[in-house]
Amino acid sequence: MSLVDHLPVLVVIIPLMAGPLCVLVERPLAAWGLALAAAWLSFAAAVALAAQVNGTGVISYELGGWAPPWGIEYRIDTLGSYVLLIVTGIAALVMVAAKESVASEVPEAKVARFYAALMLAFAGLVGIVATGDAFNVFVFLEISSLASYALISMGRDRRALTSAFDYLVMGTIGATFILIGIGFLYMMTGTLNMQDLAARLPEVWDTRTVRAGFAFLTVGIGLKLAMFPLHLWLPNAYTYAPSVVTAFLAATATKVAVYVLLRFMLDIFGIDFALGRMPFEYILLPVGVIGILSASLVAIYQVEVKRLLAYSSIAQIGYMLLGIGLASTTGVTGAILHLFNHALMKGALFLALAAIAYRLRSTSLQDLTGLGRRMPWTMFAIVIGGLSLIGVPATVGFVSKWYLVLAALEQGLWPVALLILLGSLLAVVYVWKLVEAAYLTEPRDDVAVQEAPLSMLIPLWVLVIANVYFGVNTEVSVGLARQAAAVLTGGAG
Amino acid sequence: MIAVAAIRLSDLFAVVMLFGVYSLLTAALFMDLDAVDVAFTEAAVGAGVTTVLMLSSLHLTKRWEVLPRRKPLLSLLVVGITGAALVYAVLDAPLLGDPTAPVHQHVTPRYIEQGAEEVGVPNLVTAVLASYRGYDTFGETVVIFTAGLAVLLLLGIHEDARMRPGVSAIGDQVVLRSVVKPLLPLILLFGLYVQFHGDFGAGGGFQAGVIFATAFVLYDLVFGDGSARSVVPPGWLHRLAALGVLIYGGVGVYSLLAGKAFLDYSALAADPVHGQHLGVLLVELGVGIAVFSVVLLIFYAFSGRSRRR
Repeated sequence: MSLVDHLPVLVVIIPLMAGPLCVLVERPLAAWGLALAAAWLSFAAAVALAAQVNGTGVISYELGGWAPPWGIEYRIDTLGSYVLLIVTGIAALVMVAAKESVASEVPEAKVARFYAALMLAFAGLVGIVATGDAFNVFVFLEISSLASYALISMGRDRRALTSAFDYLVMGTIGATFILIGIGFLYMMTGTLNMQDLAARLPEVWDTRTVRAGFAFLTVGIGLKLAMFPLHLWLPNAYTYAPSVVTAFLAATATKVAVYVLLRFMLDIFGIDFALGRMPFEYILLPVGVIGILSASLVAIYQVEVKRLLAYSSIAQIGYMLLGIGLASTTGVTGAILHLFNHALMKGALFLALAAIAYRLRSTSLQDLTGLGRRMPWTMFAIVIGGLSLIGVPATVGFVSKWYLVLAALEQGLWPVALLILLGSLLAVVYVWKLVEAAYLTEPRDDVAVQEAPLSMLIPLWVLVIANVYFGVNTEVSVGLARQAAAVLTGGAG
Repeated sequence: MIAVAAIRLSDLFAVVMLFGVYSLLTAALFMDLDAVDVAFTEAAVGAGVTTVLMLSSLHLTKRWEVLPRRKPLLSLLVVGITGAALVYAVLDAPLLGDPTAPVHQHVTPRYIEQGAEEVGVPNLVTAVLASYRGYDTFGETVVIFTAGLAVLLLLGIHEDARMRPGVSAIGDQVVLRSVVKPLLPLILLFGLYVQFHGDFGAGGGFQAGVIFATAFVLYDLVFGDGSARSVVPPGWLHRLAALGVLIYGGVGVYSLLAGKAFLDYSALAADPVHGQHLGVLLVELGVGIAVFSVVLLIFYAFSGRSRRR
C-alpha cells in the first residue's frame, strides 16, 4: 500500500498522535507549532480524500488488516469527505489564530496541555466522521467529548467550570444513550459495521428492540447536537469557554453530531424505517421550528455577544433538523448545505469575537460600542458574518435557506416556509444589535484599542471570504451536498 | 437494592462504600455471564480504584450531602421513561444464552473458530480487543489519556511543603504497615503477571495498569503522604501516559510504514501469526503504561489537593 491508500486513517491519527506529543514537548510555542502542523496535514489529507472520493467513489480502509465486519472499517463517502473537509479546514484556520488568543487566555504552564486536548478533541471529531463502524463512533465520541469538557473548563471565568460540568453530565447521558442504542442494534443483528447493519436491519425492523434502539439513538444524538429542548448545556458552554475553543466547537462539534444523526437515521436505519415506520419527521419538523423561533427570540435579549451567538447556533441547528425532517432530497441537501455554511458563519463570527476578546478582554455588547472605528476589519467581518446568518443574497446563508424554503414549498408546507423567513427576520434583529453598538454609538474614550493582530485577522478573513465566495459560486458546495443527499434519500423526493 | 440505598443515603462516606459493594456485585454478575475479563476490570476499577478516588475527593468536600429542597420530579420522570424503554426493548430481544441469537451467528463464529490461529493468542477476548478491534482499544487508551489530561488541566499536581513522606495521614498504624509491606511486592508481581499473561489467561493492560497503580496508592496511604512520590515523581506521569499512547500508536504507524494497514500486526515479524502475537503484547504494554500513569496521576492530583486547604 502506498501513502495515498492510507489517507483515510492519516486524517485521524495525525492529530491523534499529535495530542500526546504536545504533552511531551511541553513548551508552549513548540506545542502550538506541532498542533498547527498536524491540523494542516490533516486538512491536506482531507482535501486529497475528497478529490479521491469524487474521482473513484467510496473508499474503504481495513484497520488492522481485518476485513469488515470482523475488523473495523474506515469508510469515506461523499457526505463523509464533505464533513471531513469542513472540520479539518476549520481546525486548520482556528489553529492559526489560536497562538495569540490562547497565550492571552490560558495560563502559560497549561498551554501545551491545552493544545494536546484541542488536538484530541479534533481527532475525535474527525474519527467519528471517518469511521464505518458503529461502536467506533462511540469510542471517538468519548475522546472528543472528554477533551471538550476539559477545554471548556479552561475559560477565564470561573463559571466555565460549572458550565463544563453541566455539559459533562448532559454529554455523558447522551453518550450512554447512544451506547445503549448501538447495543440494541448489535443484539439484534450481531454486527457493528454500518454497511452490514444497514443490510441486516430490515429483517428485524418490526421488533421492539430495534425501535427502542432507534429512540435511544435519537435522544442521545439529540443531546449531543443540542436539539431543542435538549440544548440547555450549550449557551453556557459556548459563553465561558476560551474564545478559540468556542470558535472551534461551534463550527465543528454540533456539525459532526448532525452528521452522526444523518448517518444513523438515513443510512443505517434507512429512510424507509426512519420516516416510514417511525414518526421521525413528526419529531424533527416541530422540534426544528420551535428551536429556530424560541432560540432566536432568546438571542435577541442577550447582552453578552458570545451567548447571543450561542443561542443563534441552537436556532441554526433547528434549520438543519428541519431540512432532515422534510425528508426530501432537496430538504436534506438544504440541511447538509446549512451544516457547511453554518460552520463558515459561526467560525468567522466566533473568531472575530476571539479577536475582540484578545483586545478588550470582554465580549459584552456594551463594550462593543464604537468598535467599528477602532477595529474596522474585525467589525466588518462580523457584519458580513451576520448578513450571512440572516441569509442575505450573495452570502452562503442565503443559499441554504433558499433550498430549505424550496423543500418546504415542494411539499406544500408553506407555513413552514413562512416560519423559516420569520426566523431570518429575528436574525435581523439580533445582528442589528451588534451593528448598532459597533457603528452607531460613540467610541469609549477611556480605553485605547487597536486592530487585532494579523495572525487572527487572516484566518478570520479567509472564512469571511469563503462566506461570500460560496454564496456566489454555489457549484461545488451545492453539487457535493446534493450528491450526498441523493445517496442518503435513495433518490426519493 | 444497593443502588437505591446509595441514592437514599445522605452520608456520602457510606455511599462510596456502597458503590464499592455495588461494583463487586456487578463483577460477580459478569462472572456469572462468563465474561471473566470484564469482571476482572470491574473489580479492579469499579471496586478498587474508584472507591479510593471517591474517598480522596470526599476528603476535599464534606461528608454529609446537602439535601435539595425541591423534589426532583422531572428527573424521576425521565428515569422512569428510560427504564420503561429499556424493559420495552428487552421484550423482543433474544433470550440470554440462546445459541441462535444473531450475536452468536454472525461475526462471533470466526473469532472463536479462527481467532487462536489467526492472532496466535489463546485468550479470545484479548484477540478481539487487541487485534480484530484493536483500533477501538487504541481509542479507549486515548480516552483514558484524555481523562488524565483533563484532570491535569483542571487540578494540576501540587507539590506541598507540608507533605511528610513517612508520616501517614491515618496515623502510625503498625499493624497495617506490617500487613501491607509484604503485600506490595506480591501486588506488583501480580500486576506484571496480569500484564504479560493477558494473552493466555484473563487480564491485559487495562487490569494490570490498575493493579500496578493500586500498589502505589496503597503505599502512599499507609506509609504517609507523598511517599509514593519519591518512588514515581509526579513530573514523570504525564510523560509516561503520553508514552503509553505513543507505543500503541507507534505500533500502528510502524505497520503503516511497512506497507500494511494501520495496526496490522502481521507487519511486525516475518511470520504473520508471530507478528500478531508480538503486536498484541506491545500494545497491551502501551495500554498498561498509560492506564497505570493516568490512575496514579489522578490520585496524586487529588491527594496533593487535599492538603492545600
